[in-house]
This record gives sequence, structure tokens and C-alpha cells, in this order.
Amino acid sequence: MATLLGNIRLRRYPVGPGMILIWITGAIGLSVAIYRWIVGLKITNMSDNRPWGIWISFDMMSGVGLAAGAFTVAAIVYIFNLKKLYPILRPTILTGFISYILAALTLLVDLGFPQRILNLVTNWNIHSPLFEIGWCVMLYTTVLLLEFSPVVFEALGWKAPLKLIRGITIPLVILGVMLSTLHQSTLGTMMTVLPYRIHPLWYSGLLPVYYFLTAIAAGMAMTVFETYHSARTYQQKFELSLVSTLTKWVPYVLGLYLVLRIGELFITGKYLYLSTDPWPTFMFLIEIMGGALIPAILFADKKVRNNSSGIVWAAFLTMGGLILHRFNTSLVFLNGDFYFPSAAEIIVSIGLSCLGIIAFDAAVRFLPMYPEPTPAKAKEF
Amino acid sequence: MSVNRREFLKMAGIGLGGLVLPVSTPKKQTATKDASESASMLYDASLCIGCRACQTACKERAGLPPVTDSQNLYEFPTELNANNWTLIKLFKENDAYQFIKKQCMHCLDPACTSVCPVKALEKTPEGPVVYHSDICIGCRYCMTACPFEVPKYQWDKVNPLVQKCDFCADRLAEGLEPACGAACPTGALISGRRGHMLEVAQQRITEKPDFYVDHVYGETEAGGTSMLYLANVAFQKLGFPNLDDRPLPEITWPYMKSVPIVFFGMGGLLTAIYYLTHRNEGKEKE
Repeated sequence: MATLLGNIRLRRYPVGPGMILIWITGAIGLSVAIYRWIVGLKITNMSDNRPWGIWISFDMMSGVGLAAGAFTVAAIVYIFNLKKLYPILRPTILTGFISYILAALTLLVDLGFPQRILNLVTNWNIHSPLFEIGWCVMLYTTVLLLEFSPVVFEALGWKAPLKLIRGITIPLVILGVMLSTLHQSTLGTMMTVLPYRIHPLWYSGLLPVYYFLTAIAAGMAMTVFETYHSARTYQQKFELSLVSTLTKWVPYVLGLYLVLRIGELFITGKYLYLSTDPWPTFMFLIEIMGGALIPAILFADKKVRNNSSGIVWAAFLTMGGLILHRFNTSLVFLNGDFYFPSAAEIIVSIGLSCLGIIAFDAAVRFLPMYPEPTPAKAKEF
Repeated sequence: MSVNRREFLKMAGIGLGGLVLPVSTPKKQTATKDASESASMLYDASLCIGCRACQTACKERAGLPPVTDSQNLYEFPTELNANNWTLIKLFKENDAYQFIKKQCMHCLDPACTSVCPVKALEKTPEGPVVYHSDICIGCRYCMTACPFEVPKYQWDKVNPLVQKCDFCADRLAEGLEPACGAACPTGALISGRRGHMLEVAQQRITEKPDFYVDHVYGETEAGGTSMLYLANVAFQKLGFPNLDDRPLPEITWPYMKSVPIVFFGMGGLLTAIYYLTHRNEGKEKE
């Protein structure tokens, strides 16, 4: 038994009251999700004229967007050859992997026939953006699993598979970026079929580009937040200089996004809608200013980037900007019946996110996620 | 306001997207090729007396449960839903009134069939848009994408199905007309080839140009629909959306078509960058 488990051992990080709360919330969320499979979707507040709720806007649209850090950081380390960022790669890949598993899990809660999910594999409709997203998410989750597997093999002390995976690391990373580019943007394509439903301030033929750019920015921001949070929880050094180097690129991405978004507004004349209704205008300005412009300025400032609270706040704003954009396009400014999520929907969303934190926590405790001063330490993955 | 919005959307969204994307030729229309020969219905709102025989016939033929109150007394349904596939509503403004029938429009190039990831919805060459309940995964993209908000859901079922008018595809196959049309006592609802229905509609407009709105709703909307409407009240007032002639699937197809280009383009780009950034360390590796 001991040889089978290799170097897997429990790292005794303290378990705080917050973690216990997360365990409880996760358990409740999972129970409600199972209850939903037993009784159906009637425990949700979705209706005929509001067929998509927060499970789509938050868990799918936002969750997948925030998980973009995995492909971005992998590309920066392996393709752009910024090896310096390697220490934050493992947790980022893991965050991505868990996020995709959770998105898939929530999708199974949301689908009317979760047991038929494999129809995606057998019944192709190449015209459907959702078909493409389904395929990319399935394949990319597999890629993430493979990208993460060296950590597990290392812990188990399995040399042969480790060598095999390391041999195909580069093609794997490239494949991951290819698949991510597709499905991150196709989430936007999904919404382009709704020109009569989405408010003109949010409907755009460039939605795929917007979804892709915001995902890159928010994915990096998520990496900052996750690095910061792990450092606090697991008594690691907060790798400020690394995340500072990483987020140097955020202003360029958000800048391009802002130029396109604002430019489109004026080229097409849609800016007129800013003066028709106060509510969409308010939300639009909050999203653009608070979720893109301010974080871009903050990340562009070296002093902010090299300050723990500064960089974390900038990261929060970027992530909030993505979530707000996804909610505005797919829920708030999508015509339909009035909708506010039911308690069951909210607890499933929160609870499944807690399951993600629990999985991450378990990985940190059992696997070599962070460099340690032990003989088992890996040379280079 | 809504006219402005349409124009903006045309230029804005779709135009800009087309500029950015490498491929933007619209997809080949297979369903509309012989659209004039396919099954169609013409509803002349001015001839409808609101007897709701069509509603009843529809429920009977599809085996849908009636709407009942707490004492099991039958009631009128008020909205299209999983158990009401067609519905007569009344528009009234001052002295003018007009009944209007709602059901699936059976678009020639439907958004629902295009967005369904598993082909559970299908536009048959005969005309009907039919639903394959055994394939559906329940993603409800069809419900979101339909510009007429027609597909409805069995929210109270554990294994819920999308429900909507299926144009009585089984009756059509037997050479019968749809149940609603067969039940109509006034001739407000007639069925036949789409080409013929359009001729009849145009003829009625020509005969009474002052009476009818000079437009056959469904002739061009969203690329055209199999259900056609005549009315003497503006269609917007009757609850019909103001739609472009462009079929909705033509918006997404350019993006979907460029998927392989984006995919392999990205792969090539990254491979190139990889060799560029690693050109100096060939010996260090391994």
C-alpha cells in the first residue's frame, strides 16, 4: 500500500472556521443538486420566457470565463517562455480544471435530460454554437486533466507516465490554447443569435471577441486572487513579483477590449441608447468603468501592481467586470419574464463553488502543489 | 424606437462582426429551396370569430390536458405553454377589435433547429418544424433563440420536454390538413402549398387594399415562415415582433464556419511563437 501511494501524504495546514463553513455549504449545495435531479426543475424560478437562469449566467458563462487563467498562464510559461512564472502554474491549472468540472456539473444540474449529455457526441449539429462549446469543454477538461496529471504522478512516484506526459507538454499546452480560444469566444457567439432579445448596448457582432478578451483579463485576475488566497491560507509567500509580471499584460487586453467596445458604440451610433433609459446606462457605465477601465489603469500602474492589496483589488474589479458582462448579456438585459433566482438555484450555485474550493484544498493538502524543501521536490515539469 | 433599434442592430452587431471575421458568406439554404411547395397555413385575422375550435381541436389531436380550476371546471388558457400549443387572443382598441392566433411559425430557416446542439429540432422538407423528444438534452437554447418565443417547457416534469405546435406533421403525411385548420368554421385558417397561400393572401390584399394591412406577415420575417398572416390591424399591435428579413442562423453561421480557421490558425501561431521564443535553447533541453 505504501508503495502504491508513493509520496502522497497529508500536509497539515490548519483548518479554519471558514473552511468548515465551506464544507457545510458544499454539502448542502450538493444535496440540493441531487434533490433537483429527483424532483425536476420546478424548484427553480426559471420559466417559459426566462429559460436560462443563474446556472447559465454565473456557473457556465462566468465560471468558464474566470477559468481562462489556466490556458493563459500555461501559454505564457511554455509558449512565451516566461519560466519565471512557473511556480504559479500548478495552482492555476488546478483552478482551471476544477472550474471546468464544476461548470460541467452545474450544466448537468441545469439540463432537462442530464442523462443524455452524450448525445452531444453522437448527434452533431455543426451549426450550433452550443455543440461546439460542449465539444471544446469536454476536450479541454481532458487536456487540463493531462496538464495537471504530472503533479499526481509525481506524488505517486510513477516515473513512466510522468515522462510520457512531460514529453507531450508543449503540444498539450498549444491544444489547450486552441480549444480555449474557440469555446471562450463561442460563448459570445451563442448570444449573437439573439439580436431581438439583448439590449443594443450589449448586443454586438463582436460579442465573441469581447468574451475572449474579458476571459483572458479576468483569467489572469483570477490567478492573482487564487495565488493571494492560497498564500494566506497555506502560509506560503505571496508571489507578488510573479503576479505583478503576469498582470502587466492585463491593461493591453482590457485596453483593446475598451477601444473595441467604445469604438463600436460610436461607430454604430448605439451611444444614443445611453441617453434613453437610466438603468441600462447605469449598468453599462458600472461595467465599463468599474470592470474594465479602472482595473486597466490600476494594473498599468507599477506601484499598484507591486502592492498586495492594490493588485488584489484590481483583480477583484476585473473579475467583477467579467461577471457583470456575462450577467448583463445573458440575463439582466436579455428580454424575458422577470426572474430572480430561487433559493435552490442560489444554494446550488454557491454550494458547487464551495465544492471547488474543497477540491482545491484537498489537492493542496495531498499533492505537491507548492515547492517544498523536501527531497521529493521535482526538478522541472 | 424599435425601428431605430433594428437599424442599429443591422449595422452594428452583424456588420462589425462580419468585418472582423474572415469568412462571412451565408450558409446554403436547403430548407427554403422548395419553400413555395412546402406545407403552409394562412390565417386571416379579419375572418376569425374567436370560437376557439382550433384550440380545442389542437388539444384533442395532441392529447394535451385542458386547463382547469380548483373545482376541475375547464378554463381558457391565457398563454402558450407546454400544454397549449395554439391560442386565440383578442386585440381591442376603441371600437376596433381583432382575434389573433398564436402558434409555432414554422420558420423556413428556423433559429431553433440551428442552435439545437443535438439536432432534436428539425425542419422537414414538407414544412413542419418537428421535435425529436428522444434526442433532446434539455438545454433550452431553442427557447432562448426563438424570435417568436414559441418553444415551451414542461417545467413541472422530472424528464421535461420542449413542447410546441408540430404542424400536425402526422396528419400532413396522411394528406390531411392540420387539426386546427380542419376545425375552423369560417375559413379564417386555410392550408395549402406556401406559394399558393401567398397568392391567396396577395389577392385578398389587392381586392380590399383599404381594409387589409399591406403586408403578409411571415412572407419575409426572419427569412420567411410557413405560417402566414393577414390582418387589418398593425401586426405589432397583435403581438408580432418586428423582424428583419435575415434568417437568424445566418448570423451565427459565419462564426461557426470560421471555427476551423480560428482553431488551426491559433495552433499555427502558437507553434511559431514557441519556436521563436525557444530558438536559443535547443541544447539546454533534454
